[in-house]
Amino acid sequence: MTMRMGSVHFVLLVGIAMAAFAAPALAVQPDEVLADPALEARARAISAGLRCLVCQNQSIDDSDAPLARDLRLLVRERLKAGDSDQEIVDFVVARYGEFVLLKPRLSLHTAILWFATPLVLAGALLLVWRAQRRRKAANQEVRPLSASEKRKLKRILDEDPGLG
Amino acid sequence: MIAETGHYALILALGVAIVQTLMPLFGARLRDPKLAAVAVPAAQMQFLLVALAFAALMTAYVASDFSVLNVWQNSHSAKPLLYKISGVWGNHEGSMVLWVLILAMFGAGVARYGSNLPDELKANVLAVQGSIAAAFLLFIVTTSNPFIRIDPAPFDGQGLNPVLQDPALAFHPPFLYAGYVGFSMAFSFAVAALLQGRVDAAWARWVRPWTLAAWMCLTLGIAMGSWWAYYELGWGGFWFWDPVENASFMPWLAGTALLHSAVVMEKRDALKVWTILLAIVTFSLSLMGTFLVRSGVLTSVHAFAVDPARGIFILAIMGVFIGGALALFAWRAPVLSQGGLFAPISREGSLVLNNLLLTTACAAVFVGTLYPLALEALTGEKISVGPPFFNLTFVPLIVPLLVAMPFGPLLAWKRGDLLAAAQRLMAAALIALGLSVVLLAVHSRGPWLAPFGIGLGLWLVLGALTEIAYRVKLGETPMAEAWRKLRHLPRSAYGTALAHAGLGLAVIGIVATTAWRTEEILALKPGDNADIAGYTLTFRGVAPRQGPNYRERVAVFSVARDGKFMTEIESSKREFSVERSGTTEAGIHASWRGDLYAVLGDELKDGAYAIRLYFNPLVRLIWIGALVMFVGGGISLSDRRLRVGAPRRAQAKLAPVAAGE
Repeated sequence: MTMRMGSVHFVLLVGIAMAAFAAPALAVQPDEVLADPALEARARAISAGLRCLVCQNQSIDDSDAPLARDLRLLVRERLKAGDSDQEIVDFVVARYGEFVLLKPRLSLHTAILWFATPLVLAGALLLVWRAQRRRKAANQEVRPLSASEKRKLKRILDEDPGLG
Repeated sequence: MIAETGHYALILALGVAIVQTLMPLFGARLRDPKLAAVAVPAAQMQFLLVALAFAALMTAYVASDFSVLNVWQNSHSAKPLLYKISGVWGNHEGSMVLWVLILAMFGAGVARYGSNLPDELKANVLAVQGSIAAAFLLFIVTTSNPFIRIDPAPFDGQGLNPVLQDPALAFHPPFLYAGYVGFSMAFSFAVAALLQGRVDAAWARWVRPWTLAAWMCLTLGIAMGSWWAYYELGWGGFWFWDPVENASFMPWLAGTALLHSAVVMEKRDALKVWTILLAIVTFSLSLMGTFLVRSGVLTSVHAFAVDPARGIFILAIMGVFIGGALALFAWRAPVLSQGGLFAPISREGSLVLNNLLLTTACAAVFVGTLYPLALEALTGEKISVGPPFFNLTFVPLIVPLLVAMPFGPLLAWKRGDLLAAAQRLMAAALIALGLSVVLLAVHSRGPWLAPFGIGLGLWLVLGALTEIAYRVKLGETPMAEAWRKLRHLPRSAYGTALAHAGLGLAVIGIVATTAWRTEEILALKPGDNADIAGYTLTFRGVAPRQGPNYRERVAVFSVARDGKFMTEIESSKREFSVERSGTTEAGIHASWRGDLYAVLGDELKDGAYAIRLYFNPLVRLIWIGALVMFVGGGISLSDRRLRVGAPRRAQAKLAPVAAGE
């Protein structure tokens, strides 16, 4: 089923557990937004690639979980301190592990993940190419007529006066 | 009494499904036509029994019979009737009954309309259908029985998850399941063909309409889910590459490939082995989708199942059917003859390219969805695979497919002329490219790929028009002749063109809203104004309101453009007291330019409210495009050639005419 439980999902999981009565809230709050639009745009871009750790496959930019807000504030703090995007991501990964990255880094344990699709494409191309060659070969192969076919041909030739 | 009747009907259906599996199978083996013919009444009886069980469950829901555990857990007397009905499939047990009901319906359809099918094929197909039904009925009866009673009956129910209490979501599961389960027909025909070791063009002619119907339902089901996410989740997104979404997207990709390869098989008797494999794969992915969502492997609201026994049961069903079918394929596929030669540049060749890219794209989604699960199960290591991964792997595969798409229908079978096709498409290409350049100039600050994405969407729409123009020889013959040809085009040609154009519209919508959406996150007090995308919104304040089974706080905004009042929109936060949770309802003002989208957030300290405003340009084209694809499928399905029993009626009608001439 094609739905994503977003903020509602979080409320169901944690909200019910805490017996809190809360409707879903917004992700990025007005007080978080940085005054410098360029810096804010960078913050949003970085946030979109970082996973909210307590959510279901949701970025911190989309999540209203308190932990996501903490991370968003952290990202903005680092930005204001003048860190580069890469430094900020590295900083968050150092704290929370690679699980936080929505785009996993290429390494030994993600090699299959990253190379599977190109390999499938290459394999499929190879299959198509081989099938095409086989078909061509089958087409070029000249089979002599079988005995019954020869008889049938002879009969047709004998019977048809138009060819005589 | 009603619940017991339903329970009894379910168990009887299980018995009938077993009969439906075994007797025709042996009948076909032993060449006993009487034994094989059991399949037809068995399939119809099984459908009636499952329908009876489903009706019993629905009766219990509508009557709010809380002595039934399932009703108590998922319904409430104060719920509107629509959600009492949709509550039937808004939970694990009921949704499985719906699953089997749709399965039985397809089986009964073959039994009812399959009089022109060869007897052996029909017996085998219905036997395979029966076996799938038997497996799932056994699953329901043993692990997920919806008819269990509780005593004493509670006074009122626990309610339905509020996020499911929504019109789009009420009908999302039935369409999705019709899609998933519809692919079981292709699967059953594939396994039957393997059992018989024989497959011909008539096979494809039979499989195609069923696959098309399933594909249409799945398209609409996915679109409904995405539409719901868009207006309900409150940040205007429409697709999240969530595992649950991917679970439905994979069968769609494989099913789309199947639809196209079945054309080659029907028209040219080629790609037989591949089409059979694709039929198996498509339904396997549907089964996997059911497993992923139902087993609780992905912890989400969809995982109604908390009982691991259920997960293992579905895994076993999957193992038997997928493993069995693939083993059968490996064993019997070499028997099937290969036919139909074609040059690489030909209609067949273009459809091979379609299949190549669609299945690889499907593989990309498959790996991205399952790899984290597999890695965690094997090593305990946790990684996240999110949208950035899919954008990097899926999109590069789909773009060439979209670029190549308009060429396919313009190429001849067997050997096509690429140059001639390119010449015909010249106008479409120039217009699409022209638009891209103009957009690039207007949006010079980027993102620079987006204008080409819009151009690509337009290319698909114009390509579809070009195909129709080519078919009626527009410009080459007098207008009257072209008009006559246009009216006499087969409906399947219109269907193809519409489906391709619909995809183009969806592409335009996706690219436009992804690249050029604007967003404002504001703290507004009543009376404050906010400007976005040429609109001026005035926040008029928040007022409480009572709904049928919820209380809501409604924020009202008046919308003005160029100083002129246009409309009012409402955004609310609903609190469902029974279920003790809530939903957000976005306020949306739709126009041809795009959607103005307002969401109410929390109240802040100084009497202000957190408000999020979006302008999503052309976003509606996504769902309009999906709808056009659905309609295209429907028109194609109504083509005389595909209509069951139609050829014979047509012949009967033609006979006297011919005699009169």
